[in-house]
Amino acid sequence: MSDVKVRLVNVVKEFPSQEKSGQTRAVDGISFDIYDGEFFAMLGPSGCGKTTTLRMIAGFEQPTSGEIILDGVPMQGVPAFQRPVNTVFQDYVLFPHMTVLQNVMFGLQMAKVPQAEARRRAQDALDLVRLPKVAERKPRELSGGQQQRVALARALVNRPSVLLLDEPLGALDLKLRREMQVELKAMQTELGITFVYVTHDQEEALTMADRIAVMAGGHVLQIGTPSAIYETPNSRFVADFIGETNFLEAQLVRRQGAEGIVALDDDTQVRVALPERGISDDQLVTLAIRPERLVIQPYNSAPPLPDGWEEVVGHVGQVQYIGTDMRYYVRIGGHHVRVRAQNATAATAHLIREREVVRLRWQRDNARLLIQ
Amino acid sequence: MVSQIATPLEVRQQQIVDRARRTRQLHRVGKVGLIVAPLAGYFFLWAPIVLLVAFSFNASSSLATWSGFSFQWYQTIFDGAIGSGSPNSFSSRLMLNALGNSVLVALIATLISCVIGTLVALSLARGRYPGKRLLSGLLYAPIIIPDVTQGVSLALFFKVVFDFIHMVSGERPVTGFTTIIIGHVAFNISYVAIVVGARLADMNPRYEEAAADLGAGPWQAFRRVTLPLLMPGIIAGGLLAFTMSLDDFVITFFLSGVGTTTLPLYVYSLLKVSVTPEINAISTVMLIASTAFVGASLWFQGNATKTAA
Ligand SMILES: Nc1ncnc2c1ncn2[C@@H]1O[C@H](COP(=O)(O)OP(=O)(O)OP(=O)(O)O)[C@@H](O)[C@H]1O
Ligand SMILES: [Mg+2]
Repeated sequence: MSDVKVRLVNVVKEFPSQEKSGQTRAVDGISFDIYDGEFFAMLGPSGCGKTTTLRMIAGFEQPTSGEIILDGVPMQGVPAFQRPVNTVFQDYVLFPHMTVLQNVMFGLQMAKVPQAEARRRAQDALDLVRLPKVAERKPRELSGGQQQRVALARALVNRPSVLLLDEPLGALDLKLRREMQVELKAMQTELGITFVYVTHDQEEALTMADRIAVMAGGHVLQIGTPSAIYETPNSRFVADFIGETNFLEAQLVRRQGAEGIVALDDDTQVRVALPERGISDDQLVTLAIRPERLVIQPYNSAPPLPDGWEEVVGHVGQVQYIGTDMRYYVRIGGHHVRVRAQNATAATAHLIREREVVRLRWQRDNARLLIQ
Repeated sequence: MVSQIATPLEVRQQQIVDRARRTRQLHRVGKVGLIVAPLAGYFFLWAPIVLLVAFSFNASSSLATWSGFSFQWYQTIFDGAIGSGSPNSFSSRLMLNALGNSVLVALIATLISCVIGTLVALSLARGRYPGKRLLSGLLYAPIIIPDVTQGVSLALFFKVVFDFIHMVSGERPVTGFTTIIIGHVAFNISYVAIVVGARLADMNPRYEEAAADLGAGPWQAFRRVTLPLLMPGIIAGGLLAFTMSLDDFVITFFLSGVGTTTLPLYVYSLLKVSVTPEINAISTVMLIASTAFVGASLWFQGNATKTAA
């Protein structure tokens, strides 16, 4: 994990917009490095510029400005067919007039690999994606999941330096998608190929990627490992987009070293670590806490508050039983806070009822202060 | 006690009843318009054809009275006994000759226009230059411009060219196969380009990107991916062009010379002498052939959209 495989430097892509003269910025100055052998996910809502970024790396679009460097070589002016990358398209784009084997052999034939070797390698690639028996079929005779595997084999067989995948599992049903996630990840680890994986499914990014770039509106908001992104989101958008988060408006009352005391809108005061970025006094801030990091206790029969924990008091609104978990909606001041508690035993499920007064507790470093 | 003055409610009810009656009347007019007019339209479109086909099976040579079913007129044309009644008649040889001319012209014109038409479609779909909308619009010339106009203009054009050649070389070319083929290519390019263009517009541009992604340069991508995917469209356009060529009368009329009579011209020349039952039979055969070609063309076009989207 040291060599830079793909480097984007201040890449901008503008498209002519619908209105006569204007330009829309699909990608608005993004820079990042992707390392050799890495599983790099680009995650973001629809229209944030993921596909456009991928297409620029593949060479189907030229950046308006900025630089894309593959294996240390600037890609400016290098056409798609000469780039050492292969793409798995979202809708697969298998050639309909060729058999599966011909599809997989296509890249090898273009690289002038001798026919016999090409055939053998294509067959190996089909074995790798566990599709040994469909070589002579036409793509339209395959199921969506099988087509997906063929698309993967067609790309992988060329042993690309970097494999670009644009929501490759988007068209599959949930169960198949889960299976393919596991397989793809295993394959990537085994082959050691750098994956650049576009998705708008946060769970997919979290479970598969070594690092995630969270994108919105043509910008990269945060890059980091799944746990860094999940545990220390740097903005409200990231915290909200990755997993579920409660946001409580708060006001900084007092500083105590690296920590601060903030007042919630029901005037309870809690202690929280201050963000690294400077924060001015009485600035409006947001306290972000994940639902599963909150512990709910009956008001009267709660054990004493352990050291390093914070507590607020609220009223239970709805209580939902969802099998593995309980979900509570607790009102604190003007906020409805979601709480998730695992049903470790059958007894815990019905301990807390609607309209009850409860204590919500969390370990201090599980809450994050975000600047609004 | 019955009030003579209508209450507002009654007025309202009366209005509704009146309106419903008017609506029913309108519907009746509409029904007449929507059923009778189209029937008349289809009648004038198809009745002459049905009559022609029916009388091609007439036992007698009368064109007015039906005297039983017979294949004899087909027998006559296939036996080569047109006109005289004996095999290998002069008229039959003329007909076969005309048929040969028609097929030859249609084949050559179709092949040339398939190549040029496909290139035109590709250029209009992929090229980056101004005025593409105008150029696409100009493709519809053969549909818009009357055949007579096109025929006259081509005849005039060749006259000018021939005059020039005469001036330069002293020899004067005459109209014949070459001029007919050039004339047919001129209108067939449009049909091929329109059909192939439709297929190109339907074709997912990602196929070409996928080919490039797998290392295919522009030529390889064209040969291995674009061209095979376009082929059904090219075949459909070609079949259409072939039919148009085979059927063309007006433009050919202006461009033909001695010994280059095509089948439609031949049928017309027969007609000038007298309307014979053989003409009905020949026309029916041409109708069947045209229908088959156009049907095949449509089949290819339909299949094309299924596989390329
Ligand atoms: N060829 C184009 N011409 C004009 N605008 C484009 C073009 N391609 C993309 N855009 C615009 O650029 C923006 C980013 O598009 P992009 O396809 O990269 O989004 P995305 O993140 O892949 O979204 P999704 O998750 O929906 O696939 C969108 O607003 C889109 O409308
Ligand atoms: Mg996309």
